[in-house]
Amino acid sequence: MNHILKIENLHVSVGDKPILRGVNLTIKHGETHALMGPNGSGKSTLGLAIMGHPGYTVTEGSITLDGEDVLAMAPDERARTGIFMAFQRPMAIPGVKMADFLRHATTNVRNPDRKEGEELIPMREFRKELKEKMAHLRMDVEFARRYVNDGFSGGEMKRAEILQLAMLQPKFAVLDETDSGLDADAVRLASESIADIGREKMGLLIITHHDKLLVHNPPEFTHVMLGGRLVETGGKELAVELHEHGYDRIRKSYPEAEAANQEMLAEETAV
Amino acid sequence: MATDVTENDQIGEINKYNFRTETTGVFKAQKGLTAEVVNQISDIKNEPDWMREFRLKSLAEFESRPMPKWGGALDLDFQDIYYYLKPTGQSEKSWDDVPQEIKDTFDKLGIPEAEKKFLAGVKAQFESEVVYGSLQEDLAKQGVLFTDTDTAVREHPELLREYFGKVIPPTDNKFAALNSAVWSGGSFIYVPPGVQIEFPLQAYFRINAESMGQFERTLIIVDEGASIHYVEGCTAPMYTTESLHSAVVEVIVKKDARCRYTTIQNWANNIYNLVTKRAYAYQDATMEWVDGNLGSKLTMKYPAVHMMEPGARGEILSIAFSSAGQHQDAGAKLVHAAPNTTGQIISKSISKNGGRSSYRGLVRVEPGAHNSKNNVVCDALILDPESRSDTYPYIEIAEQDVQIGHEASVSRIGEEQMFYLLSRGLTESEASTMIVNGFIEPLVKELPMEYAVEMNRLIQLQMEGSVG
Ligand SMILES: Nc1ncnc2c1ncn2[C@@H]1O[C@H](COP(=O)(O)OP(=O)(O)OP(=O)(O)O)[C@@H](O)[C@H]1O
Ligand SMILES: [Mg+2]
Repeated sequence: MNHILKIENLHVSVGDKPILRGVNLTIKHGETHALMGPNGSGKSTLGLAIMGHPGYTVTEGSITLDGEDVLAMAPDERARTGIFMAFQRPMAIPGVKMADFLRHATTNVRNPDRKEGEELIPMREFRKELKEKMAHLRMDVEFARRYVNDGFSGGEMKRAEILQLAMLQPKFAVLDETDSGLDADAVRLASESIADIGREKMGLLIITHHDKLLVHNPPEFTHVMLGGRLVETGGKELAVELHEHGYDRIRKSYPEAEAANQEMLAEETAV
Repeated sequence: MATDVTENDQIGEINKYNFRTETTGVFKAQKGLTAEVVNQISDIKNEPDWMREFRLKSLAEFESRPMPKWGGALDLDFQDIYYYLKPTGQSEKSWDDVPQEIKDTFDKLGIPEAEKKFLAGVKAQFESEVVYGSLQEDLAKQGVLFTDTDTAVREHPELLREYFGKVIPPTDNKFAALNSAVWSGGSFIYVPPGVQIEFPLQAYFRINAESMGQFERTLIIVDEGASIHYVEGCTAPMYTTESLHSAVVEVIVKKDARCRYTTIQNWANNIYNLVTKRAYAYQDATMEWVDGNLGSKLTMKYPAVHMMEPGARGEILSIAFSSAGQHQDAGAKLVHAAPNTTGQIISKSISKNGGRSSYRGLVRVEPGAHNSKNNVVCDALILDPESRSDTYPYIEIAEQDVQIGHEASVSRIGEEQMFYLLSRGLTESEASTMIVNGFIEPLVKELPMEYAVEMNRLIQLQMEGSVG
């Protein structure tokens, strides 16, 4: 399989505020890309735009998956085409059990042509698979009976996102700070699980401020975002450098992007 | 009365059964309400004099009372209604006359064949003898009385005279007076001291029952230390030709006894559903109302628990779903009439496509009801800007040392919640259905299994608009 997710000259605004200012990124199936960058530089925005969040308007540029126009698809179609995002802040859906939600989601993503109201994947099969995957993530089975993200601890929320990744087996996944809020053990577990789920079976874009997730998932490419642009791309060593030394060098090297970043931050505090 | 089909009303909705059928071969009293009609009802039923007098007094009460000014818009012409349709034992209405859309709905809900006919009004009584005969025997052995109220008047006059119309007298409100004058059908249950009925008792089980009437009258007496869970109604849309339904339900829960009364109703869109439900809970007794209301043009229903003696508990869970052309004015009443009593109300309403839901609740702590606790939570979910939700909480407290809590919230389906579910491959309607089902889950999980499943399925159909 040679799936390709291609992002070209992507400009994204929230309201009339421009955030992404021409992002170019190509992710091939089986590749792992790290996306780093200071707070407010636009990393989550890129993920949300890929997933199709209605609040993020693409004003210019394109996103294609194997040549198909992703921007023309509704978010649910994107999911069924094989795009996934583990959210930085997953939403609680009170009263909806994890298991029911996941069974529905898994059914739809595995049978993209399913019509509403048609059968879900058989309960027994689903349960068995869910149980296995949860055991793998060292999650208590009780967890499946809890309401989606409702009252979850930060760590539980992130683990639940990884569980969804494992169940939905997308072609491309954006993991937005899936390591934040996890304790050291949990990060290692998460990192291993992502590797287990099979990073070679998908294209991964890992947004992170740490390097822990990258230990078990060494990126072929590291991108640095600043002021809504990818200003630099390197290999794994770039991730190591940024983690150790921070963004000073980047900020100095790309004054224009730095100015844009400051501008966004200023607006943010003004709001 | 406006009972004509209004096609544009409810396209794609489950509650679009605004049609009339000519019922042939069924005895009809004349239209309108007079002493003559009431006497006729009593004659046909061959009732004792005390019941006839009760009816006639109630009629006078009804006539002397003005229409309530609160609640919903009551566009009713009392003289244009039939007050009694005599069931002929076997109904003349044929299954072929039942509109296809109703049949489709039954299919979608997976209602068994025999129940379908009952619900559609084809059968005046559910064929329960065969299925539930042994159950009836079991109950009888334990001394449980379970029959329709008409039969009870004939067969258990001593209990009826003692309790009938005592919790809700005809003087209570205009519609209770109306019901008292023309009532027919409904369930009568007596559970002897200490008898615990393990399984939910359903209206279906009742044999020799009259069909679900417009003016049902239900009386339940749970004697000391006994317990019962009674379930009535069905999530299938009620197929009916009469547009005014006004039931009265009286429950007496004696010392240390428990009663849970679960109702799920899904009325057709032309129905005024005006129900008075009240329970008296005595020492350390527990009364719970679980009440789900869908459909109808206007529902006014406020199940009440009066906690009469120390230690009594009253709990009311209510779900209302209103869509286009529907007004659910639902709520609850808790009266703390004794010390150390505990009450709780949880109300959830959903409004969609211009539907209107109101919560109307009363919490009253009477003088002397020291150390009482009461908590009210009412949450409204509004699915679109055309829809509406209101809250009318009334609180009257005559004591100092009481704990009273009230929380109310109104929410809309959040864009972020929606996006989260969409991003996992759910369609918009699946996602909103899921959010709505999640919203009512705390109540649905209190329902007996099969009702919970039906309820979720029904919400799904409502949300998809896939019926009709
Ligand atoms: N929904 C929104 N409404 C208003 N501003 C937004 C919204 N989403 C993002 N922004 C703004 O866009 C800019 C980029 O935000 P984004 O969340 O993409 O940054 P980030 O790189 O993910 O930051 P962090 O590392 O803190 O997660 C910020 O200035 C932010 O305030
Ligand atoms: Mg972010």
